[in-house]
Amino acid sequence: MSIVIKTQNITKIYNETAVPVHALNGVDLEIHKGEFTAIVGPSGSGKSTLLNIIGGLDNPTEGKIEVDGVDISTLSQNKLIDFRQKKIGFVFQAYNLIPVLTARENVEFIMLLQNRPKKERDKRVEELLNEVGLKDQINKRPNQLSGGQQQRVAVARALASHPKFILADEPTANLDSKSTANLLDLMARLNKEENMTFVFSTHDQRVMDRARRIITIDDGRVVSDIKR
Amino acid sequence: MLYLKLAWRNIWRNKRRTLITIASILFAVFFASLMRSLQEGSYSLMVDNMVSFFSGYGQVHKKGYWDEKHINNSFEYTEALQQIAASDKNITASVPRIESFALAANEDRSKGAMVFGISPEEEEHIMQVSKKLQEGSYFKAEDKSVIVAQGLAQFLKLGIGDTLVLISQGYHGANAAGKYPVVGIAKFPLPELNKQLVFLPLKEAQWFYAAENRLTSLAIMVEKPKQMEGAMAAIKSKLSEEEYEVMNWQEMTPELVQQIDLDRSSGKMMFAILYVIIGFGIFGTILMMTSERRKEFGVLMAIGMKRLRMGLVTWVEVVMLGLIGAILGILCSIPISYYFKVNPIRFTGDMAKSYENFGIEPLLQTAVDMSIYFNQAFWVVLMTSILALYPIYKIYRMRPVDAMRT
Repeated sequence: MSIVIKTQNITKIYNETAVPVHALNGVDLEIHKGEFTAIVGPSGSGKSTLLNIIGGLDNPTEGKIEVDGVDISTLSQNKLIDFRQKKIGFVFQAYNLIPVLTARENVEFIMLLQNRPKKERDKRVEELLNEVGLKDQINKRPNQLSGGQQQRVAVARALASHPKFILADEPTANLDSKSTANLLDLMARLNKEENMTFVFSTHDQRVMDRARRIITIDDGRVVSDIKR
Repeated sequence: MLYLKLAWRNIWRNKRRTLITIASILFAVFFASLMRSLQEGSYSLMVDNMVSFFSGYGQVHKKGYWDEKHINNSFEYTEALQQIAASDKNITASVPRIESFALAANEDRSKGAMVFGISPEEEEHIMQVSKKLQEGSYFKAEDKSVIVAQGLAQFLKLGIGDTLVLISQGYHGANAAGKYPVVGIAKFPLPELNKQLVFLPLKEAQWFYAAENRLTSLAIMVEKPKQMEGAMAAIKSKLSEEEYEVMNWQEMTPELVQQIDLDRSSGKMMFAILYVIIGFGIFGTILMMTSERRKEFGVLMAIGMKRLRMGLVTWVEVVMLGLIGAILGILCSIPISYYFKVNPIRFTGDMAKSYENFGIEPLLQTAVDMSIYFNQAFWVVLMTSILALYPIYKIYRMRPVDAMRT
């Protein structure tokens, strides 16, 4: 299996000049294509910081991070935007869909950013919303959808750009049990059928139960890495 | 298209705030357009009073006449000059005049008067003396009678049928004296003119001043003020520069031009202040919008929307607000401007007197000129376009990870 994410001695220190806070202390990780990985740990352990750095949203203070063979720790903010658009799909805890766009337009939007032709966009939007079971909700805006439905639109949006992997930051934190189960079923299916790589940060036992690899972070270090 | 849709829907996310912002822009444009329309209307009234109803948009004189207005500086009304109106299609009339001063007397009263020898038919294109008659009737080209301005008639205690005595100096020092029956009394809106005008038929005036077939001025009328420049150029090209001077109304009444320019400048200052105040309001909206959507900007950046694109969408949103406000402001002000152009308000009493003292007809009239409205829209859109750069600046300084933490 090819390596999708590789971190080497990732260190992140906030407030370097005043009272330094060590969020990550030399994290080394390798995540392969097709993995279904949960990064877990208590609040303040550094899991969100790690996810931000893997997602190119933040730069490490030290260390190197390679995504799909590219060292992103040296990329400028503008190049990182391009990189994220092409290689990474994001699913956020609060869904973060564009409130004024419909489900269809939210999914289409990311392909528009990639300047994909209209025909291709329309076809893919239909496929994806069908896949996440929202064929009938295509023209509804986020406020007309339930939390679970919004999160499924967010998954469809994340998939729309044909990313190398999907980063999901506590994707089930705002969902009820049924919606959580549906979402996890969907992600597991995508992982199995399309070999899509998923990396979650989570507190949720239900997510941990479904993950095939659990990386535990505490005090900014990897304290355990269990593959099942 | 989706970007435009996004911008359009974004501005309606907070309907109340958007409506208040649009209303403030609408009010500014409405108020400024109406004020400008009133200003331009009053200028056009001043120009009409001074130009359309008195001097004409341009005049042909003997060279040097304007510096030394004397009957000796008159010129012969040649065949070529009689055909001058044909030199440009925009010239609607060329009106011959002989003007000089005379002592006007009746019984034991006398006063200096401005004597106008006019062609009764052609002068209807400019001074329209027949329409200003308060008493009596208009004269014909062959008549030997006078029409006297109301103020002068009152001073000299003249009525219809009375005799007016005129004494002056004619062409090359000839004696000029005559007794004329008063056939009409006319009222002129400008008090200065109303106190001193006496009209004679052109032929009689030429005889009176011993200036047969001579004129002091040939007034030129065009349909629209904009056409004046072309018409003057056409006339100049036909006439010898050595012999004649061709002047437009701005050259003949520079004080009026200065007065209008000064008033226009002070108006501009007022509008600038108004727009600065409205600008602060719009900026407040932009600040709120930028701060409210900080997290969303972060998310958009995270999923790969380039800063420039995001900045442009927010810029379009603000400019849309400006455009909607400006268009609505214009749409509201045009019918009102049009109404007061067609139905000007006539002042009475002290207000009327103060207008008349400034030499302006006591009317409140608007002008309906598209450039007035488009200018207001231009300034509003320019202002919003500049203010809309603020979110772009904020977006460029934003890091997605910080923005999403908001």
